[in-house]
Amino acid sequence: MNTEILGILAMFVATLIVAVPLGKYIARVYAGEKTFLDPLCNPVEKFVFRICSIDATLEMNWKKHLTTLLGINFIWFLLSMFILLNQGWLPLNPDNNPSMSPDLAFNTAISFIVNCNLQHYSGETGVSYLTQLTCLMYLHFVSAATGMAACAIVFNALSRRQTQKLGNFYNYFLKSCTRILLPLSFLVSVILSFNGIPMTFNGKDTVTTLEGNSVQISRGPAAAFVAIKHLGTNGGGFFGANSTHPFENPSYFTNMVEMISQMIIPFAFIFALGYYLKRRKLAWTNFGVMTAGFLCLVIPTIFSEINGSPTIQHLGIAQPTGSMEGKETRFGTVASAYWSIATTVISTGSVNSMHDSSMPLSGAMQLLSMMINAFYGGCGVGILNYFIFIVLAVFISGLMVGRTPEFLGKKIEAREVKIAAVIAIFHPFLILVGAALSSYLTAKDAQMGWWFNGNATGWLNNSGYHGFSEMLYEYTSASANNGSGFEGLVDNNPFWNITTGIILLLSRYLPIIGPVAIAGLLAGKKYIPESAGTLKTDTSTFAIMTFAVIAIIAALSFFPALALGPLAEYFTLSK
Amino acid sequence: MVLFAVIYPLIITVVAQFSPNRGKGEIILTRGKVVGYKTIGQSFTDNKYFWSRPSAVGYNATTSGGSNKGPANAEYLTTLQARIDTFMVHNPSIPESQITAEMVTASGSGLDPDISPESAKIQIKRIADARNIPEDKILSLVESQIKKPVLGLFGPETINVLELNIRLDELK
Repeated sequence: MNTEILGILAMFVATLIVAVPLGKYIARVYAGEKTFLDPLCNPVEKFVFRICSIDATLEMNWKKHLTTLLGINFIWFLLSMFILLNQGWLPLNPDNNPSMSPDLAFNTAISFIVNCNLQHYSGETGVSYLTQLTCLMYLHFVSAATGMAACAIVFNALSRRQTQKLGNFYNYFLKSCTRILLPLSFLVSVILSFNGIPMTFNGKDTVTTLEGNSVQISRGPAAAFVAIKHLGTNGGGFFGANSTHPFENPSYFTNMVEMISQMIIPFAFIFALGYYLKRRKLAWTNFGVMTAGFLCLVIPTIFSEINGSPTIQHLGIAQPTGSMEGKETRFGTVASAYWSIATTVISTGSVNSMHDSSMPLSGAMQLLSMMINAFYGGCGVGILNYFIFIVLAVFISGLMVGRTPEFLGKKIEAREVKIAAVIAIFHPFLILVGAALSSYLTAKDAQMGWWFNGNATGWLNNSGYHGFSEMLYEYTSASANNGSGFEGLVDNNPFWNITTGIILLLSRYLPIIGPVAIAGLLAGKKYIPESAGTLKTDTSTFAIMTFAVIAIIAALSFFPALALGPLAEYFTLSK
Repeated sequence: MVLFAVIYPLIITVVAQFSPNRGKGEIILTRGKVVGYKTIGQSFTDNKYFWSRPSAVGYNATTSGGSNKGPANAEYLTTLQARIDTFMVHNPSIPESQITAEMVTASGSGLDPDISPESAKIQIKRIADARNIPEDKILSLVESQIKKPVLGLFGPETINVLELNIRLDELK
């Protein structure tokens, strides 16, 4: 057990050690300063801009940035819909998998474009290699880069000056891909492919086992896919079982590599903010708040998994390795518990154990991680979510001490706070409306007609409190752009494909539009130099204030839902 | 798009040609025959082999997945009880309190290639009886097959069931 605890400590420390210099590098990339990859990237980028006839030096204001972002995302949507609906006859399909149904293609396309990767299909049977590489893996890159570019706009807007000109979207976007995601992906996928992850275009293999049975084994070009799935905090797996699958995550070592690679970019962005704005203390304050929140979530989860399941204890057998249902022996309970929280706080949504079979308290923590959605957070968008809470905290502290709230020398006024409040409330609104609708249908056991084959209770894999958690988890995961699931839920049908698809769209773009708009408005305001009366945002007092704002909003919005699902299950089990 | 969807995977594929088994997944050979992939678990039901963990997909590697059952699910608990009973029938000398939960619960992928050393040790008596080999010989084989944590520091100890069973067949 001790080696397991050491294992997760090593992962956390290694992430931090890599992330600080990476953050410095990212800040230089966005500031347009010289970096060591210049000789390699400059010609590539110039070439791309030339064939797309884009002028990358043209400065945009925040509105132009947003329309460009949405426009390019819409083009990707059309392109992926085409591939998904036609993969059956397109090339690179050695296992002859069929084309997707329209509602599944709608859900899959949106889900990958918005960096969520809810997967209502299974990788082995649901998609071809062409889809995996040209549609899904391509979207892994560009959806992550979209979030990062949006974050770069906010960085630019927050630097101390009064301007409408906030850099060029295409420039930020392409640099995020070529200078950050691509080099890291090369590195990680080479490490992974040398440690047992396949990278082949051959289809299924048939082998005769030691006991003489014939089994078929799915393979594919997985190493390249798995690397960017984690680096871009995407999380959509190559195989159905995601990173529990031995071909996606063959050993404890690859597990460490994948864990570190999914956390480095979110960590690095926190420090990039500090380097970019030359406010490193602010970066460490933010990191401190996020880490405190992360620990509050991860420690109870590890304990509840190590202790094992009370119902299994009741059966009279031993649980030396903790709760093992849905977990892999080579990772063990501690690394699985750590992963389950890491993947939910940073919006990756890849799994190395099945969350549906986690202990109730762990389930509550996983849900809460996604409900808060601001500790570390996804590629770029994590900072944007956290920024909303900072704006609210600045406003509330300003009211408490009775002076005009300011952040980084810019006045925060009614308009910005209104946007922040709407964004903060919108996330719980989407989750709770979705959960309420599906629970209502389930409680009535409604006949679903075209929407679902059979009655509504048929989509649950577990009844009672746990069934409610399955539905709550699905909508939370969609709204947090996470993509993990309580996978027992039967979700490949028009009802779940369409309702989660709509939530995905709203919950991705509004939280990007909001912070970019606030930052854009702030950028246009006059810079007020700091004085003795300025509210300092890099002190521990302000850190506690931000933490309190996050905790209060989460508790007020989500406590009733959590009480009905995982908490109710926890108390019935521990009786 | 050409850069990410074509050039990047092609370069990785080329690099992977230098990795074990040229990027096709590590296979295990015995007597010149492929008996499986090192990391993909197989089902073992015979008394003379070490058993793998239960699987929600029956070790069919064209799919993957766990049971996704919650801890309080009544139907699930019945399944567990049945697995415990089966284990006790085949391993009568092992008291119920020593059976590891791992041997009656399904893994996340359904393809878990490993078991823990504890789970191997409770099967030794059965295999010794079925094969007529002294128990201590099998015990030392099991101990030689334990995979230590990464760098001896990080992660749990595991045993690859397929490799263990191949060595077991070679044991005289």
